[in-house]
Amino acid sequence: MILEGKGLTIGYSDRVVGRGLDVRLEKGEVLALLGPNGGGKTTLLRTLLGLLAPHAGEIRLNEKRLSFYSVKERARVLAYVPQVHIGTFAFTVETVVLMGRIAHGNLFSRPSAHDHAIAAAALDRFGIAHLAQRPYTMISGGERQLALLARALAQEPSFVVLDEPTASLDFGNQGKVMGEIRALAASGHGVLFTTHDPNHALRAADRAYLLRDGTRIAEGPVKTVLTRAQLETLYHAPVEQIIASSGASAFLPG
Amino acid sequence: MPRSALPGLFIALGVLVAGLAFAFLVGRFPVALGDVAHVLWSKASGQPSGVPAAVETVILQVRGPRVLAAAMVGAALAVAGTAFQGLFRNPLVSPDILGASSGAALGAVLGIYFSLGVFAIQGFAFLGGLVAVIAVYLIGSAVTSRDPILVLVLTGVVVGALLGAGVGLVKYLADPYNQLPAMTFWLLGSLAAAGISDLVPLFGPVAAGTFVLLLLRWRMNVMSLPEEEARALGVATGPLRVAIVAAATLVTSASVATAGIIGWVGLVVPHLARSLVGPDFARLLPTAAILGGGYLLLIDTLARTAASIEIPLGILTAVIGTPFFIWLLAQMQRSWS
Repeated sequence: MILEGKGLTIGYSDRVVGRGLDVRLEKGEVLALLGPNGGGKTTLLRTLLGLLAPHAGEIRLNEKRLSFYSVKERARVLAYVPQVHIGTFAFTVETVVLMGRIAHGNLFSRPSAHDHAIAAAALDRFGIAHLAQRPYTMISGGERQLALLARALAQEPSFVVLDEPTASLDFGNQGKVMGEIRALAASGHGVLFTTHDPNHALRAADRAYLLRDGTRIAEGPVKTVLTRAQLETLYHAPVEQIIASSGASAFLPG
Repeated sequence: MPRSALPGLFIALGVLVAGLAFAFLVGRFPVALGDVAHVLWSKASGQPSGVPAAVETVILQVRGPRVLAAAMVGAALAVAGTAFQGLFRNPLVSPDILGASSGAALGAVLGIYFSLGVFAIQGFAFLGGLVAVIAVYLIGSAVTSRDPILVLVLTGVVVGALLGAGVGLVKYLADPYNQLPAMTFWLLGSLAAAGISDLVPLFGPVAAGTFVLLLLRWRMNVMSLPEEEARALGVATGPLRVAIVAAATLVTSASVATAGIIGWVGLVVPHLARSLVGPDFARLLPTAAILGGGYLLLIDTLARTAASIEIPLGILTAVIGTPFFIWLLAQMQRSWS
């Protein structure tokens, strides 16, 4: 199964944000989307999720045009993990995760025993089963991110799209979330995430997609795309590269 | 399931039972609990009740309809408030956020101004509420925005202000000796005039709207998430929002048409219910309905009995609601922020 956008012109009704964008995501791989603020990352993400119609070009999901999917069908294939938010009401973590099952029920249905079992399994997988009855508003940011991941998994999707999953997390939780992203790919999910940190892409992604001013600057395996020169072009800022004796490398801004 | 909903539900039922008991027993004409039981039993079984005719009249003709109306209006306002708070992702929202009350108010004062009958006035109020919300919805939808909810709320505020001006104009033009007192009375809300004939036009819309909202109650959880997130979870937010707004408006308009403008119930009761059973709409909505019925029964009994004249309901709900809400703000802040 493949999620593929071809020749996309993306934007809002009053302005175009990006042109000529081709994106391809297969199951079992992780694609990182990098670029400066205002470069079109979020717009591209929303377009690929089907939440925003492209001005031109088309998106195909499993050979079928994404616009032909119903909202419900789409949610069974494509899951979205938004940036961590607090929410208005103090739903329990379990209720939040159960909301991932909504696309599997009908208009009036309540979560079934099967839905509860899937939610419990998702909570378990991310090690937050003990938080099930806690209000979502009263757990830590890292725990909320894991709860949203569990909700996405409860949708039983083929693809998971994450908007800056490591933003606003502490160092330890950043590592944890990146580990979970790798684990999602290992279990056969295609994963797309945006990040401001090239090191996170190096750590968790197979391929990277560099987007600046609505144009693709480069795309390919992280090792070849994420170089000092490319990043300096991408951000218009100096970047320093550190290479360890093990061969692993990391980037420092400035 | 998270912490069981049962204790909270029992408390709500307790409030309803207490409200029913007080409403039947307390008043200028004292009635014994046994009399109520006998009269109701005789109605159900067809046997003579053995209760004095005057008492039977008080129970069946005077207090009975008013009790049912209070319970229904309270439940309706609470359910609508709960639905709107979820839909607009804001715990400060009340059922008249989209102009239902101001539309109904204009309809009613126009009815009074043209010296129409009681039913025509109620009909005008009902239609006024519906038309106001439809107008708000159409205007709000015509404005393209990334945040349709915010646009809708702001449109509601603006249209509500315009309708308020209309109400002011009609009051200004009205006959100050006959019409103006009737308008003022209506705008302050009262169940004093609720009779058996009011129950059918109240019950139909309230039951229909509440039924729809109860059916949709699990989806309403998702509707309280940000728009895009709800859509990404597989919910067609547009049609569902129309359905929820329509059902909640139906329920609100029918209540306002019968009882006039009673503020605060739809704002306070959802909070109370949330503190009893948590925010999950699946259990919140039924609890709010039960609690709302009991709450308004208690307040209406107070309105009848606290002073030698009837206190308008809208005034009592505000006097009780305001300090209560301030207390609530201090207590429960953490659960919504």
